[in-house]
Amino acid sequence: MNELVERVTEISGQNVYSCYQCGNCSAGCMFTDEMDILPHQAIALVQNEDESILEINTPWICASCFVCSVRCPRGLDVAAIMEALREIKIRERGFIKVDLRKVDIEKLPQIAITAAAQKFTW
Amino acid sequence: MESSLTKKKEKIGVFVCHCGRNIAATVDAKRVVEEILKHTAVVHAEDYDYVCSDPGQELIETAIKEKRLTGVVVAACSPSLHETTFRETVKRANLNIYKCEIANIREQDSWVHEDKEKATEKAIKLTKSAVEKVIRNEALSPVKVGLYKKALVIGGGIAGIRAALDIADAGFPVVLVEKKPTIGGRMAQLAETFPTLDCASCILTPLMSAVAHHPNIKLLTLSEIMDVEGYVGNFHVRIKKHPRYVEPDKCNLCNECVDICPVAVPSEFDEGLSLRKAIYIPFPQAVPSSYLIDIDACLGTSPLICGKCAEPEVCGPEAVNFDDQEEIIEEDVGVIIVATGYELYNPTNLGEYGADVYPDIITSLQFERLLSPSGPTEGIPKRPSDEKIPKKIAFIHCAGSRDERHQPYCSHICCTYSAKHALIFKELVPDAEIHSFYIDIRAVGKNYEDFIRRVQEETGIHYTRGKVSRIYEQNGKVKIFGVDTLLDKRIELEVDMAVLALAMVPSPAIQDLASKMRIQIDGNNFLQELHPKLHPVESATSGIFLAGAAQSPKDIQDTVAQASASASKALGILTQEKISHIPTVATVDEDHCSGCNLCISICPYGAIKLVDEIAHVEEVLCEGCGACVSTCPSGAIDLRNHTDEQVGVMLKALAGEI
Repeated sequence: MNELVERVTEISGQNVYSCYQCGNCSAGCMFTDEMDILPHQAIALVQNEDESILEINTPWICASCFVCSVRCPRGLDVAAIMEALREIKIRERGFIKVDLRKVDIEKLPQIAITAAAQKFTW
Repeated sequence: MESSLTKKKEKIGVFVCHCGRNIAATVDAKRVVEEILKHTAVVHAEDYDYVCSDPGQELIETAIKEKRLTGVVVAACSPSLHETTFRETVKRANLNIYKCEIANIREQDSWVHEDKEKATEKAIKLTKSAVEKVIRNEALSPVKVGLYKKALVIGGGIAGIRAALDIADAGFPVVLVEKKPTIGGRMAQLAETFPTLDCASCILTPLMSAVAHHPNIKLLTLSEIMDVEGYVGNFHVRIKKHPRYVEPDKCNLCNECVDICPVAVPSEFDEGLSLRKAIYIPFPQAVPSSYLIDIDACLGTSPLICGKCAEPEVCGPEAVNFDDQEEIIEEDVGVIIVATGYELYNPTNLGEYGADVYPDIITSLQFERLLSPSGPTEGIPKRPSDEKIPKKIAFIHCAGSRDERHQPYCSHICCTYSAKHALIFKELVPDAEIHSFYIDIRAVGKNYEDFIRRVQEETGIHYTRGKVSRIYEQNGKVKIFGVDTLLDKRIELEVDMAVLALAMVPSPAIQDLASKMRIQIDGNNFLQELHPKLHPVESATSGIFLAGAAQSPKDIQDTVAQASASASKALGILTQEKISHIPTVATVDEDHCSGCNLCISICPYGAIKLVDEIAHVEEVLCEGCGACVSTCPSGAIDLRNHTDEQVGVMLKALAGEI
């Protein structure tokens, strides 16, 4: 498995290949106006092992309202995938504006690290 | 034990199938042949590409004749697939069919393993085990029993009607049981049918009438199956017939009773879009052609409360009969066809689509009624909230279909009927703007693609690729949250009315019915066919066949074809003078039976009785399942050709001890 897909799967527990691109997540998302690409396209980029997803703002605009997860006809937790993408970006690409050097990033809980990042980076 | 067998001089032939690469890629067939030839009873072994093919079967026949084989083992696919095939083969070479055994080295070996070395070892053991079994098999003859040359068809929709007519036309009596007050089913509710746009009534009502007048068909409406006993050729069925309270023979359809009835309730036939009285006829062409009383809605028979419809000045022919009673009808039939049809998935489960809250978000069957000239609006499509003709409407595909939270399967007909809806609607409202939200257009069927193209070209319909997330009403408008995945933009659309193409689900009664009949249902609650390709209309219970949307979502064309296929299979049984029953049944060693009754309680077929304190197996009822064998505390029951001795020696072979 591709490294990006593997990390997303590991963090989110979701099989991104079960997405059949119906677009329901995008149809219900209230924040698409601010997004570079729509949520279903973000999933398509992951499916296609395209790392440009990590340079795109869609996961960061995501408010984790879970409408996409609740309505996904394939039962995918789309919000969890967005969360995974944020975490990959922070942990592995060092993209962060908060000074976390003083803490052990590896030991920091997922929710704390992303919440902090969301609060201080955008 | 071994020495006594060698005295019998069993001469076994083994045929190892490659099944193309299905087996040969994982199992070394040549090695299986080499190893099995070392067995003292095996006098012939060979491998071949496809043993089930004509040349493959020829090899078996030739070997039986030339080497005077006393038994045959075919190491190939599952016996459920080709056991019958190979047994017929050995029969042609004058070998008893029970002297042919299958070693399943495909489903139980090559398909589930990767290591060729180990898979080959396993194949050798499986084959050896089958050889040990066939050596000990008795040559048996099928049990012959008589049969009732009569059919039972459950469900009076287009599937049941077609099947009943086919069997009746072939000269056999049919009992057609329908739960509702009329036959006709879902098709009777439809306006027009795709792709030809035949008026549904015009092609259905003549068939309904044919059922009503057919001398070979006994029609029981308002009737349900209570229980089914017996086996192929000899089913005993009890049917509960609910009272109609109107005698069809006397009723002259004058409508006076309906006019005077003070009770109005939502019409089932119009999907709740109109009202009917407590005394009513579902629709004018209903069969039987008679009113009935919905006793739950009726105020009561007492003249003090109501009883107006029964008064002589209202019902001249005195057809109304409040004393009508429930009836239990018993029938003996040889075959049963189950055609219980479908319902739409309950839209209440799709909260985000709002159909249970907002009047102008309707189901596809409701829209069908709005388009029907005999419908609640006489074919002028008016929206339910204010009876205005909608100018802008949206069709929502996959409402509950292809959705893990609801029904995971594709409902097969919605893409094409939604296109049909668009086409009929556009003809009725030429200035209409039509939107259709789809995930994929699956118009799979003869001429359907042409039909979709015609709808696209003639209606100017806006097809938007993307599943709808939310629908609600606001200020008299239906608001849709969607997405165009091809244009990469989210959409918020306001329309006058939205139509949900809801998933097809099997009739909920099917679960109870299936357990009464001992037939299987699949993971989605549809009836399970025995094999999708080899036995597509047969249930797992011999003599019970399937037709229509009860088996899977399907359109009218496929339903009718399947109904005729079921009828044909049913006739294959009804035209026999005797039917055969498997002889591999349980046998009781009377000296060891203690009469403890345990086997009687465990037998799912009711095949065992106590006669003079000793268990007695009714052979035609026994299906050879073996439940009694493993239950018997005295070890007094054995299964023919699956004896304890055979199972023991097979296990030894599998464990490598032989």
